[in-house]
Amino acid sequence: MNSIGEECTDLKKKYDDCFNTWFSERFLKGDQDDSVCAGIFKIYQECVKNAMKQQSIDFKEIDKDILGTENEYKTPPNANSS
Amino acid sequence: MTRYFENTSVFNFSWDQVARGYWRRYPNPQSTHVLSEDTWSRQVRDGCLYTKRLLTKTNRVPKWGERFFNSKSVKIIEESVVDPEKKILVTYTRNLGYTKVMSVVERVEYRSAGPGQTVAKRSAWIDSQVFGFSRAIRAFGIERFKKNCSQMASGFNHVLHSMYPRPASPASGMALSLKEMREAAAAATDRAKANVLSSVQRT
Repeated sequence: MNSIGEECTDLKKKYDDCFNTWFSERFLKGDQDDSVCAGIFKIYQECVKNAMKQQSIDFKEIDKDILGTENEYKTPPNANSS
Repeated sequence: MTRYFENTSVFNFSWDQVARGYWRRYPNPQSTHVLSEDTWSRQVRDGCLYTKRLLTKTNRVPKWGERFFNSKSVKIIEESVVDPEKKILVTYTRNLGYTKVMSVVERVEYRSAGPGQTVAKRSAWIDSQVFGFSRAIRAFGIERFKKNCSQMASGFNHVLHSMYPRPASPASGMALSLKEMREAAAAATDRAKANVLSSVQRT
């Protein structure tokens, strides 16, 4: 899968590989130390943030957390699939 | 008024497999509309993994909708929490920008339903605030969402099958074929019923 910044796609792939291994081999097995991919994540992040700045994407709107907060939409009572 | 829609699908894979597959969902044959995918933030807190990703997708709108969405692509924020103890993965996605034209919020909860099975409960809230067009846009949004549900499930299944291929053993092959025959028979009956119904409606 591509990154939003063409120049970041290689970094993204490296990071994703690191993450997927960590997630499968460590996190799901109870190890919560996520430092192993921290280095590559930082470099990849810098690249993505630069690419996003160039596309004038609103960072504030992305930073907003909704899941797990009171702003999360709630399932209506007596919901049926309409 | 926000329109609500929900749907449930079952994946014949363990919750661990579904959780691993979730991060490798794209690309798949049904995801040609997904242009990019990036991790924005990620951290482990209280034993759970919190992730926020940014996706861009092509904007597929009918001709009449082009005056409201003139953009070629839409940006989507995806928040997720993985709880490896309780075996629950929750994802929450919303579009970034154009929310007055059409806001689509989707929440999916993947829970373990016994060994080798995972249930995904999908909820969606669709709204529009375009004066005079909000009903039409909401209706379009709901229809598009319903169509996408089966595509999303089949795309995800494709990825899961390629990650976890099943060697066919003779015994399970036999059991499966009997089940398959029953299912095929049931599907044929349904199709026949649907044909009768649609021909009745046409006349």
